Amino acid sequence: MTNVAPAVGAAVADAHRREWASVLAATVRVTRDIDLAEECVQEAFAQALTAWRDGVPARPGAWLTTAARRRALDVHRRAAVAQRALPLLVVDEVAPEPWGGAGGRQPDDLLALLFTCCHPALTAEARVALTLRLLGGLSTPEIARAFLVPEATMAARLTRAKKKIAAAGVPFRVPVPQDVPRRLASVLTVVHLVLTTGHAAPTGAALVRDDLLARAHDLARLLRSRFPDDPDVAGLLALVLLTDARRAARVDPAGGLVLLADQDRGAWDAAMITEGRALVLEALTLRPVSRYAVLAAIAAVHADAPTFDDTDWTEIVGLYDVLAARWPSPVVTLNRAVAVGFADGPDAGLAALDALRDEPRLASYGYLAAARGELLRRAGRRDEARTALEEATLLTANDVERALLAERLASLEA
Amino acid sequence: MGQYLILIYTSEPSWAAIGEAEAGAVTAAHQRFGQQHGAVLRGGGWLHPTATATTVRRPDGPAREDLTAGADALVTDGPYVETKEALAGYYVIEVPDLDTALAVARDVPEPFGGIEVRPLRPTSM
Repeated sequence: MTNVAPAVGAAVADAHRREWASVLAATVRVTRDIDLAEECVQEAFAQALTAWRDGVPARPGAWLTTAARRRALDVHRRAAVAQRALPLLVVDEVAPEPWGGAGGRQPDDLLALLFTCCHPALTAEARVALTLRLLGGLSTPEIARAFLVPEATMAARLTRAKKKIAAAGVPFRVPVPQDVPRRLASVLTVVHLVLTTGHAAPTGAALVRDDLLARAHDLARLLRSRFPDDPDVAGLLALVLLTDARRAARVDPAGGLVLLADQDRGAWDAAMITEGRALVLEALTLRPVSRYAVLAAIAAVHADAPTFDDTDWTEIVGLYDVLAARWPSPVVTLNRAVAVGFADGPDAGLAALDALRDEPRLASYGYLAAARGELLRRAGRRDEARTALEEATLLTANDVERALLAERLASLEA
Repeated sequence: MGQYLILIYTSEPSWAAIGEAEAGAVTAAHQRFGQQHGAVLRGGGWLHPTATATTVRRPDGPAREDLTAGADALVTDGPYVETKEALAGYYVIEVPDLDTALAVARDVPEPFGGIEVRPLRPTSM
C-alpha cells in the first residue's frame, strides 16, 4: 500500500493538471450550477485517490467526469436544488447521452466554459480570476497571490462573478459565429494577461508564477485548436511559446530574477522556440496584422540571437515602430526607446525617452526611471544616473527589482 | 426563458434642445424597434421628464410594521435621485439568455444616453 499510494497520488495530480478543465466543463453542463459542479469535481478527484489504487483507468478524464456527474445527480435527487436562490445556468439542450452516441454533434463544453468566464458582462478582473479558477484549476489563494490581492478579496470577486453569471443569465455556450470575433478578443485579452502576470518579476511564490505561464500555454493551445485561421490566436500562441521557452532560464537557483541579458540561452526550450518562430511567420502573413504577432516577432528576434550582444536591435526598433504606429501607448514608446538605446547608443535612447518626460500615465511607473538611469549610466552621466536609479528604487514595490537597482547603483560607484 | 428590463437613460437637456423633426425620427426608430422585436417584447413605456416626478419618502426613524411610508410620508417635487442622465423609458423583454437580451438592447434607439439591461427576478419563487 505505501508504495502504491504515491504513484496514485502522482496519477491524480497529473489528471488534475490535464483534465480538470474538461471534467469541470462537462459537469457544469449537467449541474447547470458552477459552484455545485466545482464541488462534485473536487469530490471526484478525492474519490480517485482511493479508487485508483486498484489501477489507474485508461481514460482518467472520462472516469472523473462520470464520477463527478454521478455525484451531481445524487445532489439533484436530494432536491437541495429545488430551494435554490439563483436560476440555473442557461445551457443549450443536447442529446442526453454525454459522450457516446452516434451522430450527435458533441458540444464544445471546454470552449463554452472559456467564453462564459470571459464574457464582457463581467469585470476584467473577474474574467481572468474565473478563467484561472475554472479552466486553470488554480485555488482561490493561488489566484489571490498571483494578483497581489488579499484572499478574501479574491474569494468575493469570484463569488460575485458566479452570482452574476447565474442571475443575469450569461449563457454556457460558444457564441454564434457573427459574435465570435468580438468575444474572442475578450478571451485573448484574458490569456495575454495570464501570460504577462506569469512572466512578471516573481513577487509571490515562483511556483504559482510558473503555473500561470503553463495555464496561458494550455489556453492558447486550446484556442489554436478551435480557431486555426485566426491571426490573433496564432500570434498569441507564438508569443506564449517564445515567452514560456525562457521559463527555466528566468529564475536563478536562489529564486532571483535573471534579466534577459544575463540568461543562459542554452537553457531555453529549443522545441518551443522552433514552433513559436514558425507560428510568428505564419501569423505575420495573415490579415489584419495582429498586435500579438508583432509582440511575438520581437520575442522571436531575441530567440534568434545566440547571445545578448548579437541581438538585432535595429529589427526590434522596426517592430516597435509598427506597434507605435498602430497601437500607440506610453509603454510601447518606453520599450522602443530602450531598443533605440541598444541599436544607436545611449544618447539616441535618451532622446527617444524625452517624449515621455511629461507623460502623466508613467509618472509613478518605476520602469521609466530605471530605463533612464540605465541609459544615463551607459552614457557616462553618473550623477544623473544615480538620481534616476534612486527614483526608480522608490517607485518599485518589488524586492527582486529593488535588488537589481541596488546592484546598478553600486556599480556606479565602482 | 428569463425576463429582462431594458432601461433607457438619456440626457434631458439634449432632448429639450432638439427640434420636432429629430424627435420624430427617434419616435419612428422606436416604432421600428417595436416591430422588429415584437415577438420578445412584454411591455414598455416612455416617461415624462424628471421635472414631472414626485418622490414619496418614509419619514426618519424605524420602519412601520407594514413597511410602508404611510400617512406620514414626505412628498417632494423631483426624482428620487438627481443624475446627469435620467431614466427616460423602458422595455420588458422575455428571452432565453443575456446574450439574446444584449442583442435586443443593441437595437434600442437612444441618441443621447445609454441602455442598461437588468435581469428580472421570477415573480413566483
